[in-house]
Amino acid sequence: MSSIKIRTKRQSGNTQIRTLIAHPMETGLNTDNETKKTIAAHFIQQLTVLHNDEIILTTDMASGISKNPYFSFEMKGGESGDKITIQWTDNQGNSDSQDTLIK
Amino acid sequence: MKLLRYGLFLISSLWAMSITSAPLDDQKNLQDHFFNQFPTLSRQDFANGVYALDADAKQSWLAIEQFPPYEIAIDRGQHLFTQPFDNGHHYNDCFPNYQEGISQHFPYWDFKTQTVTTLSQAINRCRQQNHEQPLAPSSQPLIDLVAYLTFLSRDKPITITIPSDPRAQQAYQQGKKYYHQRRGQLNFSCASCHIQNAGKRLRTEILSPLLGQTSNWPTYRLKWGRVGTLHQRFIGCHKQIRAQSPALQSEIFRHLEYYMSSISNGLPVNGPSVRK
Repeated sequence: MSSIKIRTKRQSGNTQIRTLIAHPMETGLNTDNETKKTIAAHFIQQLTVLHNDEIILTTDMASGISKNPYFSFEMKGGESGDKITIQWTDNQGNSDSQDTLIK
Repeated sequence: MKLLRYGLFLISSLWAMSITSAPLDDQKNLQDHFFNQFPTLSRQDFANGVYALDADAKQSWLAIEQFPPYEIAIDRGQHLFTQPFDNGHHYNDCFPNYQEGISQHFPYWDFKTQTVTTLSQAINRCRQQNHEQPLAPSSQPLIDLVAYLTFLSRDKPITITIPSDPRAQQAYQQGKKYYHQRRGQLNFSCASCHIQNAGKRLRTEILSPLLGQTSNWPTYRLKWGRVGTLHQRFIGCHKQIRAQSPALQSEIFRHLEYYMSSISNGLPVNGPSVRK
């Protein structure tokens, strides 16, 4: 089960790419209510978007992003059948990647 | 004197009747009441709660619904549902018709155990039959499973039947009484806000009508940042009126859900949904 969900939509020459990522995005400042211990920081550090295996966007992220973050952005151009890949890496070394084809 | 006594008896029995009126009458009276109060809304609109009454809030809700945050919970629920138990059985052995949608029939009166059974309880009962530990009512796996099963019931009309069994009727009446009874330091009943003042504003929020209050659960509340259950929302209501709350899946909450769901009979299930 991938942690990344992607939806694409072509509109007036551009492509709208939306993504929802399942991730705890812990800041490292929260306390577990039961154990009273600090929860270790666990957040996505880098998000990369590729269009036909070519990087079109990278973001450096810190702990200020919400749990299960949602991103939406517009890409110039984009044809039906083009491949969109979204990858993330977090501060604990985990990563995930998901491909989709533009509708 | 005799006439007076007879008259008093008649009045008191009429009064008793109005309190313990039949479920179908309650359903019709309350639905008619809300249809008259909000003549521009269709039956389907009521399932959308306050979004049916507030065009701006509806716009932002529909924007969220294009890529809703509860999809993660549905995916997790589906994954859990297909996992076999240690004895090799599956959840679908307990819920053979799950793909047609089953959540519109919950809660129902279970003749075997003589209790009102909610979907969460049915899932836990299934686990126990297969020698698994029951899940806590507020645990994420249980909520995810309920979210998945509710998603499969989308657009199915809510069909709660209250059998003529006196104990089932009693459970319904208890739920109804709880909805209408004032409580807490602020001395509100559920009905004070959601029947008498439905559609009016309480500070910045519009009060949702009773009709359609159960159709969208479990719901991703922006306030919670996660998907939660109707019973968790009940606890929130108790806090707001400064009343002591019963526990999740307690008998009185199940009876309350039984009453509220039966009033919304005929409305489509539209859970999981997003609410403020």
